[in-house]
Amino acid sequence: MKAMREVWGRTLTEVGQTDPRVVLLDGDLANSTKADIFAEGLPDRFLQLGIAEQNLVGTAAGLSTMGYVPWLSSFTVFFTHRALDPIRMLVAQTGANVKIAAAYSGLLTGLTGKTHQDVQDLAIMRAMPGMVVLAPGDAAECAAMVRWATDHDGPVYLRLARDPAPELGMVPADDYTDGAVHVVRPGRRVVLVSTGVQTVRVLEAADLLAASGVDAGVVHVPCLKPLDDRRLLDAVGAASLVVTVEEHTVLGGLGGLVAEVLGEHGTGARVHRVGLRDVWGESAPNDFLLDRYGLSGPRVAEAVRAALA
Amino acid sequence: MPAKRTDVSHRTLRELADHGRWLAVSTVTQSKAGHIGGPLSAMDLLVTLFFDELRIRPEEPDWPERDRFILSKGHSAIGLYAVMALRGYFPVEEVATFDKGDSRLQGHPDMTRLPGLDASTGSLGQGLSVGLGMALGARLAGRDPRTWVLLGDGEVQEGMVWEAVHTAARYRLGNLIAVVDCNGLQQYGWPAGTDDRGDRRDPWAGIALGPVFDAFGWRVHEFDGHDYDAIGAAFAFARDGAAGQRPTVLLARTTKGRGLSFAEGRHVWHTGNATPDQLARARTELGIDDSIDDSIREGIDDGGAA
Ligand SMILES: Cc1ncc(C[n+]2csc(CCOP(=O)(O)OP(=O)(O)O)c2C)c(N)n1
Ligand SMILES: [Mg+2]
Repeated sequence: MKAMREVWGRTLTEVGQTDPRVVLLDGDLANSTKADIFAEGLPDRFLQLGIAEQNLVGTAAGLSTMGYVPWLSSFTVFFTHRALDPIRMLVAQTGANVKIAAAYSGLLTGLTGKTHQDVQDLAIMRAMPGMVVLAPGDAAECAAMVRWATDHDGPVYLRLARDPAPELGMVPADDYTDGAVHVVRPGRRVVLVSTGVQTVRVLEAADLLAASGVDAGVVHVPCLKPLDDRRLLDAVGAASLVVTVEEHTVLGGLGGLVAEVLGEHGTGARVHRVGLRDVWGESAPNDFLLDRYGLSGPRVAEAVRAALA
Repeated sequence: MPAKRTDVSHRTLRELADHGRWLAVSTVTQSKAGHIGGPLSAMDLLVTLFFDELRIRPEEPDWPERDRFILSKGHSAIGLYAVMALRGYFPVEEVATFDKGDSRLQGHPDMTRLPGLDASTGSLGQGLSVGLGMALGARLAGRDPRTWVLLGDGEVQEGMVWEAVHTAARYRLGNLIAVVDCNGLQQYGWPAGTDDRGDRRDPWAGIALGPVFDAFGWRVHEFDGHDYDAIGAAFAFARDGAAGQRPTVLLARTTKGRGLSFAEGRHVWHTGNATPDQLARARTELGIDDSIDDSIREGIDDGGAA
């Protein structure tokens, strides 16, 4: 179990030590997002912008034109909702070389409730031309993406999880390559497709299904955009049932993406989407939330069985 | 007709505030997540508002003529819940459901769940705009309610606050009162200078907020937010301006983590869980003992369990 935010903070500090272009801008949350690791390691290139997220994004856009590579630290929701217009106009529309580290994404945001949970970020960022949208499955993949994103010229949105999650292990993540799609567990008739740390819970579901005689494959999609359709189609193969699972609304995120691609290519596979069904979350312990919103291993397995029935 | 004010002596307010602090600290510790520093710095203000100043009816939370109150610094919700419970909006026992599944007491105030909350907050910087709308509504309808908005000093860095500050003055809303909990700390901020009160930089170091509000056309009053006489005088100042043409801001100088010796002025206690040892110290320092009346003690003991 490794905390993705710790790994993000440590990796970015390492990258910053060798790449003088890297600066880190914080919206008064460094001790939550773990940007404080960078603040201690490279204090001269840590900039505290205070509680003012729109200004944070605008400042980053300006810095990027001066040859810097600004990474931004705040909670997901304050980027994708509070600062969306600056992200849209100043970063995405100009192709600014700005990296958004969206800490505290999804439902599991430490008992904060619906104000802080962000279950629309993938839909919003996917709809943003020019934005690369990444959702690492574990800490190792996150570290690789931090390096990749710093080298990539253009806007990147990196979806991070708050709480420690098990290592996926099976994904060769330490060498993240552009647009990768991973078959984590091979399957034929039924394939589960997931992204971010939800993939770990989907693997648990696949184990439960296997124990009850249902053989399900698992595909991990760490990059929602840009996506090479071919790679997703190959990974899904000839499955007749494809179940997408995401810690996100079923509208416009991974489920939307997979349904669009499979539908457009006329594969004939049925796509069933698991995620928040157009509802807000609430504050409650993680286990409660995963159960209530159908994202725990057992609940995902249940959804797959129901879809097969 | 204004509701009958609850008549409580200053001594009782202080006791209530310490009970509120204990409820907040023990509940956050029990649920293993939540904010401590901000609820504690604001507690004396909250208690005085709810017991002595706001024209409200806890038994009729949607009474149309009530004064409106918005906790713009929504992360201090547990402090508000503690005071609302003590004031009789809901049983003190319910405070223990904070942050649990299906609770009305969400991590940040949710007006769709809990009667008595006039606004939903949690994303900082938005409450003053909502208060502006309420004050405008009261004025347009020729009605009496005053609108009170409690903000954090870090929160006031948000641009949206200043958008509301500008518009409130333009519309001459004397019935809008902003109270800023100037506890000298935000969540992380900047390294402390030599003149800071806390272990990190004051959110407004080098900038005097009073003259800034004054320049925007607001009435300004600065005071000690832990001194009940000073709080009473500040609220009277706001009340005096309510029928006038200028909105009022009360800049309350407070201490983050007030009441817990180990938390005061320390930014790490923005959130945090007390160890069993610290919880015991908190209980002693807040003077929580068996002399507390039964209904309160019951809830407090529940809150502190596990
Ligand atoms: C828009 C927004 N940005 C960031 C946060 C995260 N956050 C919660 S509390 C806090 C610090 C608030 O400081 P202050 O307003 O001074 O409150 P207090 O000291 O009273 O706790 C931050 C940055 C938030 N809730 N909303
Ligand atoms: Mg403060």
